[in-house]
Amino acid sequence: MQRFTRLFNELDQTTKTNQKVEALVDYFQDASEKDKIWTIALLSGKRPPRSVNTNFLRAWAAEVGEIPDWLFEESYHVVGDLAETISLIFPQSQQTVNRSLTYWINFLKDLKTADEVEKKKQVIGAWLQMAPYERFVFNKLITGGFRVGVSQKLMVRALSRHTGIEENKLAHKLMGNWQPENIDFQEFFFSDNPEEDLSKPYPFYLAYALDGEASELGDPSLWLAERKWDGIRGQVIVRDQKLYVWSRGEELVTEKFPEFGILKDKLPDGTVIDGEILAFKEGKPLSFNHLQTRIGRKNVSGKVLRNAPVVLMAYDIMEARGKDIRNLPLMDRRDKLEALVYEANCRDVLRISEIIHGKDWDDLAHERKSSRKYNSEGLMLKKKDSTYKVGRKRGDWWKWKVDPMTIDAVMIYAMRGHGRRANLYTDYTFAVWDKDRLVPFTKAYSGLTDQEIREVDTFVKKNTIERFGPVRSVKPELVFEIAFEGINKSTRHKSGVALRFPRMHRWRKDKPASEANSLQDLYALLEP
Amino acid sequence: MPLLQFTDRGIYCKRAGIYIDPWKPVDKALITHGHADHARYGHGHYLCHHHSKPVLQLRLGTNIEIQTVTYHESINVNGVTISFHPAGHIIGSAQIRLEYKGCIWVVSGDYKIEDDGLSGAFEPVKCHYFITECTFGLPVYKWRPQKEVFDDINHWWQKNKEAGKTTVIIGYSLGKAQRIIQGLDTSIGPILTHGAVENINQALRNDGVSLNETIRVTADFNKNQLNGSIVVAPPSAAGTTWMKKFHPYSIGIASGWMGLRGARRRRSVDRGFVLSDHADWIGLNQAINESGAEYVIATHGYTNAFARWLNEKGIQAGVESTMFEGELSEINEGSGGKAVNDEVQN
Repeated sequence: MQRFTRLFNELDQTTKTNQKVEALVDYFQDASEKDKIWTIALLSGKRPPRSVNTNFLRAWAAEVGEIPDWLFEESYHVVGDLAETISLIFPQSQQTVNRSLTYWINFLKDLKTADEVEKKKQVIGAWLQMAPYERFVFNKLITGGFRVGVSQKLMVRALSRHTGIEENKLAHKLMGNWQPENIDFQEFFFSDNPEEDLSKPYPFYLAYALDGEASELGDPSLWLAERKWDGIRGQVIVRDQKLYVWSRGEELVTEKFPEFGILKDKLPDGTVIDGEILAFKEGKPLSFNHLQTRIGRKNVSGKVLRNAPVVLMAYDIMEARGKDIRNLPLMDRRDKLEALVYEANCRDVLRISEIIHGKDWDDLAHERKSSRKYNSEGLMLKKKDSTYKVGRKRGDWWKWKVDPMTIDAVMIYAMRGHGRRANLYTDYTFAVWDKDRLVPFTKAYSGLTDQEIREVDTFVKKNTIERFGPVRSVKPELVFEIAFEGINKSTRHKSGVALRFPRMHRWRKDKPASEANSLQDLYALLEP
Repeated sequence: MPLLQFTDRGIYCKRAGIYIDPWKPVDKALITHGHADHARYGHGHYLCHHHSKPVLQLRLGTNIEIQTVTYHESINVNGVTISFHPAGHIIGSAQIRLEYKGCIWVVSGDYKIEDDGLSGAFEPVKCHYFITECTFGLPVYKWRPQKEVFDDINHWWQKNKEAGKTTVIIGYSLGKAQRIIQGLDTSIGPILTHGAVENINQALRNDGVSLNETIRVTADFNKNQLNGSIVVAPPSAAGTTWMKKFHPYSIGIASGWMGLRGARRRRSVDRGFVLSDHADWIGLNQAINESGAEYVIATHGYTNAFARWLNEKGIQAGVESTMFEGELSEINEGSGGKAVNDEVQN
C-alpha cells in the first residue's frame, strides 16, 4: 500500500489541481488494475464495508500506546481526526511490510466475520507493520472519509488522461451502483455502452451574484426576471424514450425522483430542459428542508413521496427536437420551452418558472422583497437576448438575492474544529437574551477571516469557564451579527426555532453583550 | 512558604529577591533564554547564560544592565544557591536550579532532549520541584531524529533546484533558523537569509558561534543570485510581498505543529517538516523521570492533560498559569499578529 500512501500524501500536500491530476496520472501508470479500481472507488466515496467498530480501534490504540482512554480522547480532540490520532499514538514500527491496497481491503473484508479477539489481534498486527502515514491511510480505509480535495471531476480528468477516454463518457461509466469487487478494469472502461451518448448532459450555465445595483444593468425591458428557486438545479433529458436526470454536481439522480418517470412519455425525444427540482405541494413550493429529506436517501419511500413530492420548475431548454439550441436568444428558447411544457400538460411534475413583470427596477426590487413568501431566495435577472453559456460567466445572468435576516447574538460555547481547522476553536454556539438569561439558538462556523478566527481562538483560550471534552463554555462577551436565509419553528431546539444557513456576518466589536438581541426579536422574524 | 511562588509578575523567589522570566518589570530577573515571551523588556537587572547576552542586547538594547554566567557556575544570594544548566532549547538556553536548605527547585524554561549540535545537550538536574513547559504534552507529538528530518529537507531542496525553483523554509529567527542553517547540505547551493534571521546570526557570530555561511537578502537583491538557493525566513515573512523576489519557489515550514495534518493543511504551504525545539511527549516524560522530582508544575502547553497524566502515574503535579506562550503559540502559527510572532517558539 506504500504506492497508494504516496499518492494520498501527494494529493494531501498540494492545493493545486494540476499537481493533483499529475499525481493521479502517475499513480494510474504505476498501480495494478485491481488497485486502480479500488482507488477510483475510494476517491468516489465508496468504501469497503466497515469491519471494525471505531470504539474498538480507540481502545486498542490506547492500549498499545500505553495511555489511558481519556488521554486518547483528549488527543483526538486536538488532532481532529480519528485515523490520524491512532496512527500518531502508536509507537514506531520496527519493520514495515509492503502489501497492496487490494490486499488490505480484502483483509478488512475477511475481518468482518471474525470475533473481537481475532479482530484485535489482526488489526494490531497490521498496524505494527506500517509506517505512521501508511497506518493513517489504513485507518482511513476502516473509518471511511477519504477527503483529500479530489473531486469526482478531477479524478475523471486524470482517468481520462490515463485511458484516453472522454471525460463525459467516464463520468457516465462511474455513475450508479457499481461494485469495485466485481469489476475488471479493461472491461469496465473499454467496452462500449450506447447509453453514454444518450444520457450526455450539457454543462450548466451558472450565474454570479449581482454585486452592484440592479439599475446599473440599464434598461429593465431588456431583462427577464424570475424567482430564484431554492431547490436543486437539475437537467432533464429525454432521448430515445429514455429519461435521465442530472444534478448540478454532474450526478445522475434519475432514480431519486421517480415522479419524473412520466416525462419520457410527455416530452418529445431529443429534449433537454434546465430547471429547479423543488419540493412542491398544493400549488406552492415547500422549504428546502423538505427536499433535504429526500437527498442522500438510497430508497425513496412512499411516505417521503407523499410528504415531499417534487416538480421541475423549468426555466430553460438546451435541446429541442434533437437540436442543440443553446445559441438561440433566451426569449426564443423560452417560447419553445413554454410550448413544450404546455403540450406536456402535467403540471403536477413539470411547471414553467413564471416571468416576474415590473415596469422599472423599483417594481422588481419590490417583488424581490416578497421572495421569502414564495420560499425563494430572490430574483434571477437574465438578459433577454442571452445565449446559454458554459459554466460560470459574468454579464448576462445574475442572481439578485434577498438580503439575509440578521440578529446580534452572544457567543457562549466554542468547539475545536476538524480537519484543517483542528486545534483551533472555530465552531461557536450563539445565544440571545430571554430577560436576563442567555438562550442558545444556533451554531455557526463560517464567515470569519483566518485572522479573526485566531483572535476568537485566543479569546476562547483566555476566557474559558468550563471544559466539556472538545467544547468550552466562555465568558459571554463577544457579539456577532448572525445572518441566515430563513427561520422556522422547531420543537427540537431549546430556543424553539431553527435557522437556515446561519453564518457570522460581522463581528460586532462595537457592541457589549448586554446589547445583543432578544428571543422576542428572533420570534418576530418567524414567518406567519 | 515555598521557595518559588507564582505571582502576577512572574515566578518569584522571595528569599533571593529575584524573578525568573518575569512578564512584568521587576528589579532582578533571571532569564532562561532569549525568546520574547521569556526575556521581556523593562527589568532593572538581567542575569542569563553568556550565549544569551548578544540576543538580549540585540532585542532589548545594549544599555540594559546585564550579567552572565556559564553553565554549572554557582551564585549565592541570601542563602539561595543558583545555577544554570543546559536546556537544549536554543543557544544559551538554561534550566535554572535554586537550592535553599537542601530543597531544590528547577525551572526548565523551554527545553528539548535531542542534542541539536548547537544549543548544548539537555542535562537532567535532580530536584524536588520541577517547573516544566509542556507545549507538546500530548502523546500524538513524537519527533523523529533531526538527521532524518534534515535528510527530507535537503532532498526537497535538491528536487526544487532541479525543477528550477527556489526553496523557502520558514522557521522562527532565533533558534530554529540557526538549527536549520546548520542542518542544510551546503553542497546543494547557497543559503540566503531574511534580515531578521541574519541579525541574530550576526550577533551570534560576533559572540564566537560558528555557523554555515549565509547571504543576507537585501533591498537591492538581484534575482540572478538565486541559482538553486534556499531562503531561511521567519513566519512573519510568509505571504508578504518580500517573498515575490523568489518566484518561482516551493515553501515549507519547520515546526512541531507540522506533526498534525490539520495544521499542515491550514498553512497551505507545500511542505511541513516536523522539527521542534521543544521536548516531545517522550522527551517530557523522560525529563520528568530523570529529574526525580516529587512535585511537577506544568506552566504552558497542554497543561491540564499533562498534569492529570502525571498524577495518574503517581507523580504529583499541578498547573500554574503564566504569560509564557503555551497554548497560545498555536495561533502564532499564522502570519500577522504580534510583533514577537517570529520568535514564539513552535
